Amino acid sequence: MAVSHCFSRAASAFTAVLLFSFGCVAASHIEDQAEQFFRSGHTNNWAVLVCTSRFWFNYRHVANTLSVYRSVKRLGIPDSHIVLMLADDMACNPRNPKPATVFSHKNMELNVYGDDVEVDYRSYEVTVENFLRVLTGRIPPSTPRSKRLLSDDRSNILIYMTGHGGNGFLKFQDSEEITNIELADAFEQMWQKRRYNELLFIIDTCQGASMYERFYSPNIMALASSQVGEDSLSHQPDPAIGVHLMDRYTFYVLEFLEEINPASQTNMNDLFQVCPKSLCVSTPGHRTDLFQRDPKNVLITDFFGSVRKVEITTETINLQQDSEIMESSYKEDQMDEELMEPLKYAEQLPVAQIIHQKPKLKDWHPPGGFILGLWALIIMVFFKTYGIKHMKFIF
Amino acid sequence: MGASAAGKAEVAAGMAAAMPLALFVLLLLGPGGWCLAEPQRDSLREELVITPLPSGDVAATFQFRTRWDSELQREGVSHYRLFPKALGQLISKYSLRELHLSFTQGFWRTRYWGPPFLQAPSGAELWVWFQDTVTNVDKSWKELSNVLSGIFCASLNFIDSTNTVTPTASFKPLGLANDTDHYFLRYAVLPREVVCTENLTPWKKLLPCSSKAGLSVLLKADRLFHTSYHSQAVHIRPVCRNARCTSISWELRQTLSVVFDAFITGQGKKDWSLFRMFSRTLTEPCPLASESRVYVDITNYNQDNETLEVNPPPTTTYQDVILGTRKTYAIYDLLDTATINNSRNLNIQLKWKRPAENGYIHYQPAQDRLQPHLLEMLIQLPANSVTKVSIQFERALLKWTEYTPDPNHGFYVSPSVLSALVPSMVAAKPVDWEESPLFNSLFPVSDGSNYFVRLYTEPLLVNLPTPDFSMPYNVICLTCTVVAVCYGSFYNLLTRTFHIEEPRTGGLAKRLANLIRRIRGVPLL
Repeated sequence: MAVSHCFSRAASAFTAVLLFSFGCVAASHIEDQAEQFFRSGHTNNWAVLVCTSRFWFNYRHVANTLSVYRSVKRLGIPDSHIVLMLADDMACNPRNPKPATVFSHKNMELNVYGDDVEVDYRSYEVTVENFLRVLTGRIPPSTPRSKRLLSDDRSNILIYMTGHGGNGFLKFQDSEEITNIELADAFEQMWQKRRYNELLFIIDTCQGASMYERFYSPNIMALASSQVGEDSLSHQPDPAIGVHLMDRYTFYVLEFLEEINPASQTNMNDLFQVCPKSLCVSTPGHRTDLFQRDPKNVLITDFFGSVRKVEITTETINLQQDSEIMESSYKEDQMDEELMEPLKYAEQLPVAQIIHQKPKLKDWHPPGGFILGLWALIIMVFFKTYGIKHMKFIF
Repeated sequence: MGASAAGKAEVAAGMAAAMPLALFVLLLLGPGGWCLAEPQRDSLREELVITPLPSGDVAATFQFRTRWDSELQREGVSHYRLFPKALGQLISKYSLRELHLSFTQGFWRTRYWGPPFLQAPSGAELWVWFQDTVTNVDKSWKELSNVLSGIFCASLNFIDSTNTVTPTASFKPLGLANDTDHYFLRYAVLPREVVCTENLTPWKKLLPCSSKAGLSVLLKADRLFHTSYHSQAVHIRPVCRNARCTSISWELRQTLSVVFDAFITGQGKKDWSLFRMFSRTLTEPCPLASESRVYVDITNYNQDNETLEVNPPPTTTYQDVILGTRKTYAIYDLLDTATINNSRNLNIQLKWKRPAENGYIHYQPAQDRLQPHLLEMLIQLPANSVTKVSIQFERALLKWTEYTPDPNHGFYVSPSVLSALVPSMVAAKPVDWEESPLFNSLFPVSDGSNYFVRLYTEPLLVNLPTPDFSMPYNVICLTCTVVAVCYGSFYNLLTRTFHIEEPRTGGLAKRLANLIRRIRGVPLL
């Protein structure tokens, strides 16, 4: 009896252990599935970085944008996936004491312009119209590839804007503005055309929080450097260059990003804490209600870094034999052989030929439209007044 | 999840690094892998010309020429080796005959620097000859400028019909041309276009060796833009393949000209070296180049008895008539192993050797109302020459009491003094103070070969801006009148008391009676 009791106890213990292990496995399986739900699921990353200010004293806005460009390139997004818009040229500006450089720290510690920069929209091309066309994809057909945002529904896009702004608008180049409603509508167009998977919007201007108040499309997370009614302040001037080099919010964001590497696990909550009021003087704000995931599960590298699709294969690939290339090039050689008469170079200044050339007559087009209509009206009035029998006075 | 992301990122980075490595290996293995070496159909020549300019600055001109013996108009060309694929595809897609694109910052000052090899206008210039098979030239032109704006990161997309012309007499093709119908030529200039690192980067990427080996290692943006003149250009044209000129080759020339300023970069000294100009030295030639040379202009200008010394001494020189004058160039061939031998790098140095100067300048600037300017100079004047000395001055305003009663006459600047020892044609004997006449013994002279003379210039009458002294009187008159009329009227309106006056009813008699009553002092009727 005791033995069977023991046995039953052992059996129950055994089943308990089995059930427990099953439960563990099932729980971890569910955990995996739950984790899958929290992962982003994007396959490529894009960045649209915009500086909207012109003139030398707005050096800091160009330096802001270039710092973010530098971080984003360092963390892996290639130039072909970055649309960089700079409204003025600071590096080669005649007022720059160190040409081809843009510094972010005083004492010229860090040159954010670098040696390998590709500016896609520059100077007068940075307009509200071009910005909205880039975002929505309604671009004229002849636009080169480097100026297009070729994102799809699995792209995570980082949009960074800086310049001078106010309550509900951002100023472009001192001549036009974009309002928060236009921006929200542009994002809605992007959502409806499935041009993004998730979007991170960062703005560093005065009263920046007003720009994200009107967003209504899903999967957008927004950060701003100051609340409505507050100004964003600049960081430090450099006595040699003579202007302020960076804005405070972006300066501390740059410091934060310098510590991120492509493998880091830092999440968005850390980015929200980046510039407290004691350092920034303004209160940075953020908006996450439209975003489906919890910010603590969103990695910084989901937006600032890049996913590269890599397929590892074990099959061998044979490169084409050299002799085939040789044969085709031999054929090319034989094909373009020997025109009949020798060619010659053109004379650069053939005076006699120029003097005696006749100017080409412009093609004559019959008068159309307005002129024709006007003459018809005049003739009609004339004949109505005087009658047909007076035509003999004309001819 | 973290590990896989890290793994992905690392593999991605590894792939990215492996790609250029694989390309480089392929490039190297390419020529070596063929036993029967067929001569390559494209070749690269690179050269750098360093020219010290008469004003103390130095000009450096890079040229990279890729020649491709191929017929690009045919479809299906897909094997690009040295010729960049981006430009080759442009030629076949838009049926180009010639393309010339330049980006320039600054202006070539021919008066101080001499004639340039190839000048370009400030801003961006693009001129293109299309093949005569093109039907809609304007449409191709617009599309071409858009594509080029993407390749070179410039705002060339602003080129449209408002800034495009079709020259009828100039801009003849620089390459092979059988007939020149100017209908196929288009020319546009964007003078506002800025050139900066973002234009240099794609330009460098078109070079076969990029900026890794050969002369292109010297192309660093932070030095190239710290210059008085910077011009980079791309020229594509068809050239003769051989002397008989029966087939065509395509030539791509990338040129870059910069002028380094003696004061900005050289800190006032006229001595130059490759390191001072580019902050780099040459270490190895580009392995894909068939020719890689540096030419240094050693034609002596012989100004102020200065001679140019070049270090390390060149092994060969080249003499020819360039732009109308005979010039001599020192050649440094990077493909010659003797050039870069033990020091592993080549830093060409130019030094001007000049004899010791003996001159003297003393300048004491003026202090307002205390002392005047004083300038004394000892100069050696070369024979048969004209020397001009000029001084800049500013006119200041005086206080109103310091003006003379006739200020519009002007102010006088005292004449300059010239003291000179003039060599005399005939040696004079020493002067005896007591014996010789008085007119001969004004200035004591030590020896008879020179005589001393002191000359004066005319005084200078300078017209200073004179204030109008009658203005205070005019202002007082006007102000007082305005005050009297306006303020006075208001004052009267505000402070006078008004009372109603009865209309007069009576006739003459009543008026007479009132007059008598007023005299008596009695209330009126």
